[in-house]
Amino acid sequence: MSFFLEVLIGGLLAGIMYSLVALGFVLIYKASGVFNFAQGAMVFFAALTFVGAQEKLGFPIWAALIFSLILMIILGVLTEKVVLRPLVNQPPISLFMVTIGLTFFVEGLAQLMWGTKVYPLELGIPDEPIAITLTRWGLNTDAVPNVLKEINSFDLIAAIVAGTLVAALAIFFQITRVGRALRAVADDHQAALSVGIPLKTIWAIVWSVAGFVALVAGLMWGARNGVQFALVFVALKALPVLILGGFDSVPGAIVGGLIIGALEKLAEVYIGPYFGGGIEIWFAYVAALLFLLVRPEGLFGEKQIDRV
Amino acid sequence: MFYREAGQFKKSYKEDQAILPILQDKIGVVVILLIAFVAIPILASDYWLTAILIPFLVFSLAALGLNLLTGYAGQLSLGTAAFMAVGAFAAYNFELRLPYMPALVSFVLAGLTTAIVGIAFGIPSLRIRGFYLAVATLAAQFFIPWLLVKVGWFTNYSSSGVITTQPIEILGFVFDSPAKRYFLVLSIVAFLALVAKNLVRSNLGRAWMAVRDMDVAAEVIGIKIMRTKLIAFGVSSFYCGVAGALYAYAYLGSVEPDGFNLDLSFRILFMIIIGGIGSIMGSFLGAAFITLLPIFLDIVINEGAEILNLKLAAGVTSIMQLLVFGGLIIFFLIVEPLGLARLWQIAKEKLRLWPFPH
Repeated sequence: MSFFLEVLIGGLLAGIMYSLVALGFVLIYKASGVFNFAQGAMVFFAALTFVGAQEKLGFPIWAALIFSLILMIILGVLTEKVVLRPLVNQPPISLFMVTIGLTFFVEGLAQLMWGTKVYPLELGIPDEPIAITLTRWGLNTDAVPNVLKEINSFDLIAAIVAGTLVAALAIFFQITRVGRALRAVADDHQAALSVGIPLKTIWAIVWSVAGFVALVAGLMWGARNGVQFALVFVALKALPVLILGGFDSVPGAIVGGLIIGALEKLAEVYIGPYFGGGIEIWFAYVAALLFLLVRPEGLFGEKQIDRV
Repeated sequence: MFYREAGQFKKSYKEDQAILPILQDKIGVVVILLIAFVAIPILASDYWLTAILIPFLVFSLAALGLNLLTGYAGQLSLGTAAFMAVGAFAAYNFELRLPYMPALVSFVLAGLTTAIVGIAFGIPSLRIRGFYLAVATLAAQFFIPWLLVKVGWFTNYSSSGVITTQPIEILGFVFDSPAKRYFLVLSIVAFLALVAKNLVRSNLGRAWMAVRDMDVAAEVIGIKIMRTKLIAFGVSSFYCGVAGALYAYAYLGSVEPDGFNLDLSFRILFMIIIGGIGSIMGSFLGAAFITLLPIFLDIVINEGAEILNLKLAAGVTSIMQLLVFGGLIIFFLIVEPLGLARLWQIAKEKLRLWPFPH
């Protein structure tokens, strides 16, 4: 039982990492109806810029952070202006395909700027079981249940970061003026326009926020796996999360991430051996797919009503 | 001036329904076929045949398959490469288990096997649409290569998962030279292209387009959505399966499941975007473009570096490929969403009027 719990908790925490990436997709989809396949490439771009600025330009960490944030915002705004603005009112599938093109372009651009090397990314977060971290800090670990001792500190901090990010986004959406405008746009473009919300500004802001989320995801994933080209495949991990949670729901991204993370780890441990392992590359997809057959709009997605 | 249908009257329904209604078109197609079937096998070098023309034809067929599904029936698929893998491995197994079967029969059976697999993965399309479906087809893209690696039977227990294809043999005739293989691929592709052209003009093709444009409306006017969508998946997968078999047998000679990755799927998707979504000819134009572009880029970058006396860092070519591919996709979708096929149409219009402005 405790082994099961360990696996489950590990899975849930890994799922948070998926949610982190999925969030970026949801933000843009909600506000502009674009399924931004390039989010993974943006994560890669952000992480590579962050380490590249330190390695090649000799920036200290905080300067690199600001620098990559600015670059992400520029990238986001430019994408919106150059790529998506001319395609307003095109069928969603065209918009989707254009973001596949954008994926390739951003991947190429990132490597053109910073080279193809694999960089380590050091954030100073310990990557070890939490019991060891606590002991190192001189704390007594006797009070911690055994199940929790095995949790990886890094995963825990990633979860905290994700939680903070979601909370910050929620506050931003609920309380600020811009946030309210964003929600209005997400609800109905035309109605938002008619009450005087500047659509273009809002879209620019959304893309900037998505850039920021990509940066956070890039830092966490980069610190985890090193900054390398494989980072773009993180997006592919986030897609089942999205279809499970629903494309247009922030809570969906979080809950979906948790479910997919937990299912994936459990399947790997309990079902994997029967198939000779390696099932994690497709298991999430098949699980999400089966779920979709029951509920085509995902867990929290908005139900679509068709009219002829 | 050069392309004018004036004076060519259609005197029967048959003439009105012809694929090539105008004399100039007929001449053009005959010339192209003569070049493809006669001139190229005689003139082209082995390098051209094996490195450019055969892959071009194979990719055209795969693009054609995807175009039937995405361009005509409106179901976006990101799993093309996986279906090609099914075709390649099915053909391999048919040849392996039934050695006396002519290659052509194996290819057809491989196509049919792929069609069945494609229909299975098309079932979710009955419930889900758009991006959800695109993401769902990724399930096929990840699941199928994994299955092919894991189940040793498919690769005849080859330890590395790589299969080496048997020689292509039809009734004792062995296609052993590039020119012969080219000839075989060309014949298959030409035949299947003709079938596709007629298919999309048929009742079924119109049903596909109705579903693409609005499936609820299509249902209301009495089109059976389920049947139409599943047939689209089946036919498209058949084409992709045959393309996969040819990819393995006529082009590479030995393939592994991991070679049929997401990148290949994207490449084929790019072919139909650039060539023209919902156009048979577009599939060919796009395949030609995407096959030739990397070679062209390679030459330009290397020559350019030589002229400018630059030393190229490793991987610059692949980076440039990413940039150019991505940039072109964005460019085409914004400027000419209907792709090269549409440009050709515009050119025809211009030729009709030239040298007069109206």
